[in-house]
Amino acid sequence: MKKSQPEIGLFIPCYVDQFFPQVAIATLELLEKLGCKVSYPLGQTCCGQPLANSGYERDTEGSSRHFLELFKQFDYIVAPSGSCVLHVKEHFPKLSDMEHEQSRVNDRIYELTEFLTDVLKVDSLKGSFPKKVGFHSSCHGLRGLRLASSSEMNVTPFNKAKQLLQNLEGLEWVELSRVDECCGFGGTFSVTEEALSVQMGRDRLQDHQSHQVEIVTGGDMSCLMHLQGIADREGSSLKFMHVAEILNQAIS
Amino acid sequence: MSHPKAASQFLKDQANSLWHDETLWMVREKRDAISKTIPEWEELRNLASQIKDKVLSNLDVYLENFEANAQKNGIKVHWAKDAEEHNQIVLGILQEKNCQAIVKSKSILTEECHLNPYLEKNGVEVVDTDLGERIVQFLQQPPSHIVMPAIHLKKRDISALFHEKLQTEKGNEDPSYLTNAARLHLREKFLGSKVAITGVNFGVAETGEFVVCTNEGNADMGVHLADVHIACMGIEKIIPRRKDLGVFLRLLARSATGQPITNYNSHFRSPAKGKEIHLVLVDNGRSLQLAREKFRNSLKCIRCGACMNTCPIYRRSGGYSYGSTVPGPIGSILSPGLDMKKYSTLPFASTLCGSCSDVCPVKINIHEQLYEWRQEITKHHGEFGKGLSMKLASGIFKSPLAYKISGSTMRKAIKLLPKGLIYNPLNVWGKNRDLPEAPKESFQEWYKKNRG
Ligand code: SF4
Repeated sequence: MKKSQPEIGLFIPCYVDQFFPQVAIATLELLEKLGCKVSYPLGQTCCGQPLANSGYERDTEGSSRHFLELFKQFDYIVAPSGSCVLHVKEHFPKLSDMEHEQSRVNDRIYELTEFLTDVLKVDSLKGSFPKKVGFHSSCHGLRGLRLASSSEMNVTPFNKAKQLLQNLEGLEWVELSRVDECCGFGGTFSVTEEALSVQMGRDRLQDHQSHQVEIVTGGDMSCLMHLQGIADREGSSLKFMHVAEILNQAIS
Repeated sequence: MSHPKAASQFLKDQANSLWHDETLWMVREKRDAISKTIPEWEELRNLASQIKDKVLSNLDVYLENFEANAQKNGIKVHWAKDAEEHNQIVLGILQEKNCQAIVKSKSILTEECHLNPYLEKNGVEVVDTDLGERIVQFLQQPPSHIVMPAIHLKKRDISALFHEKLQTEKGNEDPSYLTNAARLHLREKFLGSKVAITGVNFGVAETGEFVVCTNEGNADMGVHLADVHIACMGIEKIIPRRKDLGVFLRLLARSATGQPITNYNSHFRSPAKGKEIHLVLVDNGRSLQLAREKFRNSLKCIRCGACMNTCPIYRRSGGYSYGSTVPGPIGSILSPGLDMKKYSTLPFASTLCGSCSDVCPVKINIHEQLYEWRQEITKHHGEFGKGLSMKLASGIFKSPLAYKISGSTMRKAIKLLPKGLIYNPLNVWGKNRDLPEAPKESFQEWYKKNRG
């Protein structure tokens, strides 16, 4: 039986759409290079995460319903953000009239790196990226979606982004002192607890800097936006790229 | 004081907050190292969590068994519905024994009930015999951490304090010297006390015995020298069988300090001849928490403190920033259950990073409960006026058109305005951080042009 090619719906978080279109483009191009059939359903809005994490999950019915309508017919939904994927899976309010759509979407939605390793079964990618790269583990991707083993747990270590990046020619994967400490972004936490948020960000940057990292990468632009905001303000030379940008650039 | 305020004050002394962060991180690293020497670590966590599940689902039955067995062993059992009743019961026993000075080993429960000030008000001298607790007691401070009560203090602070209180040499910061001075001081108190109060780590339903874990042996010293032992125990501290201790004791010290086992795990089963043991079983909001389905498993906590050591917020804001008896992640899900209004900022003092849940030896889903408390708190207290602006935002999220307009307006504004102005409306973000450079078009616009 010949299987027709699966349709992938590209889910682009609102702040990526608005502030980091290059990350969305890289995600799209990367998936296309790997032979996927991808489309971006127009009319996407924010998934509602900032609202829900601030304690207003009950006000996100409308945006959740809208999301499910847009994406329900796809075979897979892929997003360059662990955080937003986790939100869709765990914090959409239960919609009694859309139970079917909700469970279908939950089974088919993937963060980009896990889609590559778990669905496309990419073992390693061929390409070159001769830089010292430090990886910032987004907490929602790490402990929510289990994109890597967390340092607290006694399990066999793994890291899906590392699996994809480490074999790129010339790429030097830098081991940090605190491999998966939070950067302090935390959505509205970044403004309600500004002092702590910034201190946490500075401490993460310090870890990268002291290991001579050239490029900080990660799977969530929200963390990277926060870290870059501090780095830029302090005149640091660190550069920031989403994993999708590195992969797309390396294999072209 | 709200958590953000207290935290920014703590952070003002950069050197101190860095030191605090690193000190606690070291404890977390010790815990990591030793937990990884136990191949069945995750299995142990599962077991512990399941045993506690069973206890919480049958708490009434276990408590009655425990009471009956304890009474058979000659222990006098008292029930306290709240802190006030607990304090009255303890005072009642002291008055009956004509006792005006007691020694007490570490017990978070008696802190929760504010027993010390209550007894002092009633003319009883209370001496905390855990070294860290004695230190904060001298300073008239509460503990800043549930396992290491004086972790916020440095050697030189303690040296100065002991110089003042115990007449140690000025400027001598040698830990053994200072500890020895504390020992001599405490020995006097131990010898003079007819009643000793302890907490309880585990109550074994099957046997009616209870277990107290200390590193300094101060609980044992107090109890053995006194005629009367009063043990104060939260009703959630029950475990079904003695053999379950094998699971919990292996987890407790490793999670708490990275030690293989707590130095003294003392079993108290029945009073020695001529002596008495009183056990006060305290509810104080626990039954209520048990009834809250989303929050009930916070009662599994064995008070190891690991969630504090791992918490990037706690490490950088200190225990006092929480303003609650139990600080840190677990405190932030327990305290709102006691007083939602007073502790309304605590569940927001988190990035929901989830490190606490992964470190917790009894697998409490702490960060998920923080999220759930937020949903509750905003229903009742409209959290810092976030309500209105979030309502507006929700309107934006729902309608693609409105979202697009507001998004591109924002991008344009960022492009056109001088730095000083941009950071005005967004000034909290911009105080110490730049905003990303605004791109010339959104992805959506790019997509329509290039793939449309
Ligand atoms: S919640 Fe878990 S980690 Fe925190 S003190 Fe309790 S048992 Fe320890």
